[in-house]
Amino acid sequence: MKEIYQTFTEAIEKMEDGATIMVGGFGLVGIPENLILALVESNVKHLTVVSNNCGVDDWGLGLLLKNHQIDRMIGSYVGENKAFERQVLSGELKVELVPQGTLSERIRAGGAGIPGFYTPAGVGTPLAEGKEIRSFEGKDYLLETALKSDFSLIRAAIGDKHGNLQYAKTAQNFNPMMAAAGKVTIAEVEQVVETGRIDPAYIHTPGIYVDGIIEGKQEKRIERLTVQQED
Amino acid sequence: MMLKQFDKVSTREKIAIRAEREIVSGSYVNLGIGMPTKVANYIQADKKVILQSENGLLGIGRFPDKHEVDPDLINAGKETVTAVTGAAYFSSAESFAMIRGEHLDLAILGGMEVSESGDLANWMIPGKMIKGMGGAMDIVHGAKKIVIIMDHLTRHGEPKILKECQLPLTGKNVVDRIITDRAVIDVTKDGFVLQETAQGWTIDEVKESTGAKLHVSKQLIEEAF
Repeated sequence: MKEIYQTFTEAIEKMEDGATIMVGGFGLVGIPENLILALVESNVKHLTVVSNNCGVDDWGLGLLLKNHQIDRMIGSYVGENKAFERQVLSGELKVELVPQGTLSERIRAGGAGIPGFYTPAGVGTPLAEGKEIRSFEGKDYLLETALKSDFSLIRAAIGDKHGNLQYAKTAQNFNPMMAAAGKVTIAEVEQVVETGRIDPAYIHTPGIYVDGIIEGKQEKRIERLTVQQED
Repeated sequence: MMLKQFDKVSTREKIAIRAEREIVSGSYVNLGIGMPTKVANYIQADKKVILQSENGLLGIGRFPDKHEVDPDLINAGKETVTAVTGAAYFSSAESFAMIRGEHLDLAILGGMEVSESGDLANWMIPGKMIKGMGGAMDIVHGAKKIVIIMDHLTRHGEPKILKECQLPLTGKNVVDRIITDRAVIDVTKDGFVLQETAQGWTIDEVKESTGAKLHVSKQLIEEAF
């Protein structure tokens, strides 16, 4: 029922220069690894990227940075990437830093038909400059607006042919909201299964939000391996 | 003032051990990235505490053994972790709904400056590369109680507890309590109130190293930790 792509190149071929894209993941967990590699390959330019982080120097969205494909980045924490700092300082890259909860809610709102909402996060900080402040029950809140994308590239553990998705553990993060906020949403999944194989009660993202899926093997690089100390 | 030398590691440990006493059994707690995360190592075995991680986990467990590392399971500091029995996974939107909706009992976060009205600065230094605020600006408005743990002075020996913050704020009027290597100080509507002094520090020394008026609690405990 949904488009099942065979190659990652084919999955992103409609993407054009200047597109706004959302890319799932928290750090390197839950990123659509092969879709990002295909984007690097495609060399589409002047992207606006909405993602919590911007990868590391040699993996994830860091690869797009290295290839100078990003003009504007909207995220909450971008400290793991040296190319990022260089490009911001040179003026090549514009950054909009957004509190993580505001970012996730702006994306959720984008997919849920809500143009804006009020949140306490950022009141009294530099982020409040130029934003509407409204008081509810004696407390101030900032007006924040919804985010949508031309393409959302997300990652799930399992997807069926109706586009229903299930995520693994903390690899869920921003993926479900981005699925709904994309005009076109492509899901890279670790495993495509026959429709009906996922119990309908345990579907995280209903297939209505997903336009195409593709199976991809993940490297799952670990940013900070932390293990029990052996005595 | 007499020069005192304390081992940095043991100082941090001391702060973490004192911060642990803020955690009430049966509560839901978010520990910030860095030093606050380490408070988890000191939670007493008889306390039942559920730790929340803003990347989408309620019920952070211990660090994994080598053979049980799961790259899909991390905390907000991107460290590999495990989940406790009874844990739940969810999206970032759900996670911050839980946070802003005041469902967490306590958050323990790091700080650069705290003002006497409870303003917190902990995310940027003008002129330095800004890495981002992550979830801090949401969390300070969410948990029912916000405890800041930090060194009493900057590396340059300047007070971090001030009448007004000099650095850009993370949140206004959000801090309830500060725990440092020298003292436990509450933020009240009347300003800072010294509740405890740490071993090796007198009331006057704490006052001297604080950049705002410091009231002394009638219930002050000296050399409390």
